[in-house]
Amino acid sequence: MNSGNKIFEKELLIKSKTDNLAVIRDFIKSAADESGFSEDTIGKIILAVDEACTNIIKHAYKYSPEGNIIIKIKFNDPKFSISITDEGSHFDPNIVPEPDLCEYYKQKRVGGLGMFLIKKLMDEVNYSTLSGNKNQVILVKYLPN
Amino acid sequence: MAEFNVNLRGVGSVSVIDVKGYLDAHTAPELENIFNKLLDERQFKVVVNFDELKYISSAGLGVFMAYVETMRENKGDIKFSNMKENVYNIFDLLGFPILYEFYKEEKEAVYKFGDQR
Repeated sequence: MNSGNKIFEKELLIKSKTDNLAVIRDFIKSAADESGFSEDTIGKIILAVDEACTNIIKHAYKYSPEGNIIIKIKFNDPKFSISITDEGSHFDPNIVPEPDLCEYYKQKRVGGLGMFLIKKLMDEVNYSTLSGNKNQVILVKYLPN
Repeated sequence: MAEFNVNLRGVGSVSVIDVKGYLDAHTAPELENIFNKLLDERQFKVVVNFDELKYISSAGLGVFMAYVETMRENKGDIKFSNMKENVYNIFDLLGFPILYEFYKEEKEAVYKFGDQR
């Protein structure tokens, strides 16, 4: 049954600490639940947001726990959109190569998998730079008919 | 915040690591500590039992990538067992089944080390 133009917005402002990843996952889970996604898809959205926030904590804020992460969810059936904004160092997602696991294995490299996962898990991923030196990534998942 | 537990036990000459709960960037260092302990003790045959693991992110996957080659260079390995489908799917998305062995049951994974003696 179609829920009929369900619309809502939610926002979470949180500090850049890895122990907040669990809080972020709970926040995403409750919103995705409310939107009517399957358990499987909810798991994918949660992981994508976890990976994006982990990248911000590690690379944009370099593990400084005082950085702000702003997560805004907009659901306008069928589009579930999560914007994640930070004020840390800018990074260019285009220079991160697609990981090759065999190469990783040889080099004992352990990073770079997060962005690849995000792309695989979400329908749309869009990185941008906002005024005031802010970085933003918008992740989108569409609710199936 | 994230609940994660890691336990180490010996089954014959094999070290079995039980992982439980949520393995993310916050909790991955606890798993690294266990692997460092194994390296200190020169224990290179490792089975990771995922029976009670609910969630994994790339930070957790990275731990296995960081240690597997050292284990193999010393005639050991890291083998996986008892993985739930949602957790396996993440390993699969990243191509892990090409490089790692996955078993339904812990005892099969432990037994495989016996074959390599």
